[in-house]
Amino acid sequence: MTIAIGNMPPEIMPTTSALTFSNTWDHILARWAINRMGHRVEPGLYSLGNPTPDSPVFVTANYSLSFDALRSTLRGINSYILVLDTQGVNVWCAAGKGTFGTDELVKRIEMTHLHEVVNHRLLILPQLGAPGVAAHEVKQRTHFKVEYGPVRAEDLPEYLKTREATPEMRRVRFALKDRLVLIPVEFVAVLIPLLILIVLGAKGPVAAILAGTVLFPILLPWLPTHNFSTKGFILGGVVALPFAIIAFLKNPESALWLRSAWALVYALLIPPITAYLALNFTGTTTFTSRTGVKAEMFAYMPAMAWMFGIGLLLNIVLIFVH
Amino acid sequence: MLNAYATNTLRYDQSLCIGCGVCVDVCPHAAFEMNGRLAYLVNAQNCMECGACQLNCPVDAIRVQSGVGCAAALTRAALLGQKEASCN
Repeated sequence: MTIAIGNMPPEIMPTTSALTFSNTWDHILARWAINRMGHRVEPGLYSLGNPTPDSPVFVTANYSLSFDALRSTLRGINSYILVLDTQGVNVWCAAGKGTFGTDELVKRIEMTHLHEVVNHRLLILPQLGAPGVAAHEVKQRTHFKVEYGPVRAEDLPEYLKTREATPEMRRVRFALKDRLVLIPVEFVAVLIPLLILIVLGAKGPVAAILAGTVLFPILLPWLPTHNFSTKGFILGGVVALPFAIIAFLKNPESALWLRSAWALVYALLIPPITAYLALNFTGTTTFTSRTGVKAEMFAYMPAMAWMFGIGLLLNIVLIFVH
Repeated sequence: MLNAYATNTLRYDQSLCIGCGVCVDVCPHAAFEMNGRLAYLVNAQNCMECGACQLNCPVDAIRVQSGVGCAAALTRAALLGQKEASCN
């Protein structure tokens, strides 16, 4: 005979530290923004290895890349993983939205009956969950103490030895390899306009878009000036230069003013496109403030619009003159 | 404008600090440092306004207008008349 109990805790789901081919394939698709919001794992409580009531509890988001980064780094560490429902968004972005947040954490602790699963009252959260979670409030509401671990899951084994994050573990980075993995997402976002421009044979704007989405993330720290817009204008200017020179030299028999005008079209059209894409890259970086981005937008977007508008007008006029 | 990121909305009232150190732990850009029994705001210009320190400070000693530092989201919010910019 079974007795139905209305408040039975949901089952603890077993997981491992091993990444399968299908996990890797899922990561590749996520990096190319294919089915972007669909890279999810079931929220709830997972067991890794053979945890006891004294084993540590780690908290993460239900984005497969976040969950997989955590479980693969915890190889050989018997533990529990509490997965919050962030709707398939990574820890940091979800914390910014509040979905990786105090309320969801409290709710998930209650739903999984974590109090009965473990003897201790300690949760290890990723540091980047902090914009959404008020540690003192979680303590008040659930008696669980929140401990902020390192920024990156890969530092967890080292962190667990001392329970002390070094200043280096607490800093978010944006190194070349961090920027490189973001390029496909930037590229996919502009794919449709890019294909249209390729069909139209608009080589200048195509180069401007590739500069803004592929070259800019790579060159970011080495481009002069602080602001993203000016960095973008500079990069776009360098890209525009060969186009302008070729336009000027291509038809030596044409009138000087006409050749100059064509060169000017490239000089006016390319830099604002690259600058605009550069400015939009702020949201992808790990360090731009809203105050700064707003200041940049007010300062440079009018110039981008004017340059692009005048360049486009001149281009159309020249097509008719031809 | 030489550097749009030179100033931000982070404000810290050290007279309220109880020295718990959570701001030092949560800041991803090392804006705070412990010195003795108090936290010091040592790299204010590093702040990206994520809001982690404000939310976790148990005595409300830190104020920052947090939000996304993303031009695309801010543009979309302006065009659609949204009050708060977000990623989607």
